[in-house]
Amino acid sequence: MITNVTSFGRSGLYDWLIQRVSGVILAAYTFFMVAYLLCNDVTFESWSALHAMLPMKIFNMLAVIALGAHAWIGLWCVVTDYVTTRMMGAKATMIRVAVQMLSGLVMLVYIIWAIDIFWGVK
Amino acid sequence: MLNVSIYRYNPEVDSAPYMQDYQLDTGGKDLMVLDVLELLKAQDPTLSFRRSCREGVCGSDGMNISGKNGLACITSMSDSVRGNKLVLRPLPGLPVIRDLVVDMEQFYAQYEKVKPYLINDTPAPAIERLQSPEDRAKLDGLYECILCACCSTACPSFWWNPDKFIGPSGLLQAYRFLVDSRDTATEERLSNLDDPFSVFRCHGIQNCVSVCPKGLNPTRAIGHIRSMLMGSAT
Repeated sequence: MITNVTSFGRSGLYDWLIQRVSGVILAAYTFFMVAYLLCNDVTFESWSALHAMLPMKIFNMLAVIALGAHAWIGLWCVVTDYVTTRMMGAKATMIRVAVQMLSGLVMLVYIIWAIDIFWGVK
Repeated sequence: MLNVSIYRYNPEVDSAPYMQDYQLDTGGKDLMVLDVLELLKAQDPTLSFRRSCREGVCGSDGMNISGKNGLACITSMSDSVRGNKLVLRPLPGLPVIRDLVVDMEQFYAQYEKVKPYLINDTPAPAIERLQSPEDRAKLDGLYECILCACCSTACPSFWWNPDKFIGPSGLLQAYRFLVDSRDTATEERLSNLDDPFSVFRCHGIQNCVSVCPKGLNPTRAIGHIRSMLMGSAT
């Protein structure tokens, strides 16, 4: 029996809301980045200057956190669809928990790493 | 001659399911798929399928017709024959009992979960519980469901989690009672649906909408349930 112990917010409604909000943030970030790259002649100096601005640092962090939450919820849905005892037998539980823990861990590592990179821009 | 390929499986004699090819002279008529099956059953009495009213009301003959779920009795050959070939399979995702007959237990278990009946704790009036025409109109597009299971068995989320995801049909029925002005168990109904699987396994791909033989829209009903859950939780 699969419970919701490893889902992001331990509630379907909460996960759904986070998925939608993080999706909007990621869409806005993508549009901004594509527009910026298309409309500007990007050099090291201009790229550094952009990411040194506080609003941009906040936008970067929002996007990274949104990406982490979005990925966790999405992967949780995928593994609870396909990696289940119904589909694979008893070994599924161990594999599913391992995949979920691994994806959670990777997500946290990426967020911490991103903080280091984005906040390090002077 | 029409070529018909039909999924055959009799667990008493077959070790595995197989597709059997038939040829049928339809006399140039645009028959319904159910008529084709009846003519084939006259040729081969071992062929099994469910049917009853033959006019799209009972929901017995739901099956996968050339790749799309539908009712055999109201799907015409002209809508389903591709390259002079008709392919008939049982509804996907449910255990096959024999040939085109599936075990609907899992589907009904989900239907039962949503308590598909009016709950009202107030004393019953002398004659009947009245409803305004406006409130009655809210049930249109919901009450018409005939439980043929075409929608739920077209839904990948139902294929993977038929024990935990209510499925489009059950959720359409859930909303039918959530929105009924005569029902007083709204809070209880919503709290029964508030988990990561029952409602939220719907990712809105709308297979249910495209196959519903009655032209209903379960995805919209699921959206309304989400809004109600949001309203009660925020």
